[in-house]
Amino acid sequence: MTPGFAEPVLGAQSSFRAMLHALSHPGRIVALPDVPQAPAPLGPAMAALALALCDADTPLWHDGGAAVADWLRFHTGAPLAPAHAARFLAATSAPPALAGLALGSDEAPQDGATLLLQVSALEAAAGWSLSGPGIETTTALRVSGAPLGFVAERAALGALFPRGLDIMLCAGRHIVGLPRTTIIREER
Amino acid sequence: MAVLARAAADALRPHCARLPPHTRLRGPEIGLVMLRGRMGGDGAPFNLTEATATRCTVDMAGRMGHATVLGRDMEKAELAAMLDAALQDPALRPALLAAVIAPLAAEQAERRARDARRAEATRVQFFTMATMR
Repeated sequence: MTPGFAEPVLGAQSSFRAMLHALSHPGRIVALPDVPQAPAPLGPAMAALALALCDADTPLWHDGGAAVADWLRFHTGAPLAPAHAARFLAATSAPPALAGLALGSDEAPQDGATLLLQVSALEAAAGWSLSGPGIETTTALRVSGAPLGFVAERAALGALFPRGLDIMLCAGRHIVGLPRTTIIREER
Repeated sequence: MAVLARAAADALRPHCARLPPHTRLRGPEIGLVMLRGRMGGDGAPFNLTEATATRCTVDMAGRMGHATVLGRDMEKAELAAMLDAALQDPALRPALLAAVIAPLAAEQAERRARDARRAEATRVQFFTMATMR
């Protein structure tokens, strides 16, 4: 078992602030100032977001195995839940089918889940072209190690708006916010 | 654990100096716990009051030690957690039980018995006419 944030309050607050920044500027790569040392395969950025976001009231799903389960439950107190009931999902590899997750309702779209998805690298280079609220024209983002068919699966949820899924991509200690309003076009 | 939680930090500190190194996993941090009471000891439970408590979890050579103590003494919570972790080590346990836990338990039992004796000496038996008949 490894410790969480060195300074639990400051660490959680700075991670939350970084996440707000990332969601305000979809596609922009944001570095987290303070990350904990988490058991593999949980990366530093994803671990920091999980500690900042989860508590006893937020059911959490993850695919990290027993060591990660112990670590998350000890440091957050969040109950572990199946994917369809989870408020936050920490996916270190391919996530469960996106359409089967909690997407909120038309009356309460904020009940939709937030997916933390770990990828191998994030670069501000040609690959995906992002547009939508918070982006003046387009933003280029190259994501290495995204699950196969991820862009198409996410685009299919667009028809359900305002229901939907907010996604945070995590790599190393960097994050990228993909709120449900962002449109991704693949440039290949 | 109860013995460690009731002991004073001064009583624990000398025993912790020679323990293996440890890392703090959580805390020590101060919080509140709700104390619940029962009217007459067996009535419906009710919330009596909140009390400050301090908790700490440490890792010592792969063993996790936990402590939750009343009050705001953060050092005591950490010392108690260290001893809790060390007591799980079969190599250290017998020596620690003899050197730390047994004397503290005896001292606490002695103090409790002394307080009980002093209270018993001033006990007042309430009775009414109904119970005398």
